[in-house]
Amino acid sequence: MATIQPIAGELEPHPDVALVERVRGGDVSAYDELVRKYERQIFRISQHITQNREDAEDVMQDAFLKAYEKLEQFQGNSKFYTWLVRIAVNESLMRLRKRRTGKMVSIDEDVETEEGSVPRDLADWAPDPEQNYTQAEMGRILEKTIKGLPTGFRVVFELRDVQGLSTEDTAEALGLSVPAVKSRLLRARLQLRERLSRYFRRGKSRKQHPAKEPSAAKEPSAAKELGAEK
Amino acid sequence: MTCTEFLALLDDLIDDSVTPQMRSDLQQHLSCCDHCVVTLNTTRKTIEIYRSHEIYDLPTGLRERLHAAIMARCKKGC
Repeated sequence: MATIQPIAGELEPHPDVALVERVRGGDVSAYDELVRKYERQIFRISQHITQNREDAEDVMQDAFLKAYEKLEQFQGNSKFYTWLVRIAVNESLMRLRKRRTGKMVSIDEDVETEEGSVPRDLADWAPDPEQNYTQAEMGRILEKTIKGLPTGFRVVFELRDVQGLSTEDTAEALGLSVPAVKSRLLRARLQLRERLSRYFRRGKSRKQHPAKEPSAAKEPSAAKELGAEK
Repeated sequence: MTCTEFLALLDDLIDDSVTPQMRSDLQQHLSCCDHCVVTLNTTRKTIEIYRSHEIYDLPTGLRERLHAAIMARCKKGC
């Protein structure tokens, strides 16, 4: 049975290394720990890609089951979570292919958006803009706002900024190059900022709603497998 | 430094991966450009807001059910 080597350059092996070793030794409870540790994150990634709660639930289950089945193939050259995200992304894309016959989604296509990357709304925000909205309203605003971004932008933003993965780990998990991750992250941040400005700019009353939501960026029309633009 | 040049380094500044010289150049630009100050602050706030709100959270009941289903199948050998 292959043993997992600590990732080069790290003084301490990642805590997941020991858990994976235990699972390989037949200890299912160690896998239980890994599932508990990462199920929320995997669910969120799946939801960002599939945009459908039922699909995201199925993907989450399938991704963890597939990772369990394939654990012997995990070499330990990457982090367990990075490897798991890659499985979840592929499962999510497969789910979309089953659901949609014509319109396909890929992570790697560099989508040109109508908004571009130049800030246009330069009004400052209220000091604490969240105070103007209830928790439920905030949830709706944030969901609606991020849904308008291309899939690849949403997932890069989720992994880098929400989950705190490094640029390198994000690139590995998504099968993208580091420059491609950086480019998507900058545009995702700027476009989210631009869209949120409509709600949070100084002097904005919570009763006022943006006159018109920007139309969602066009998703790629043809499926491209992971791995391009490397 | 122009606003376009500032924007190209915005992520590096937010992620704190700039050299001292670059930081000094960026600070100098910020001291005379209100628009870039707003862009920087509101981009930081955007990230902070998304970090503090889990928009696709799993309710505990559902999480437990999914978790139990995964583990039951793993114990059977999937």
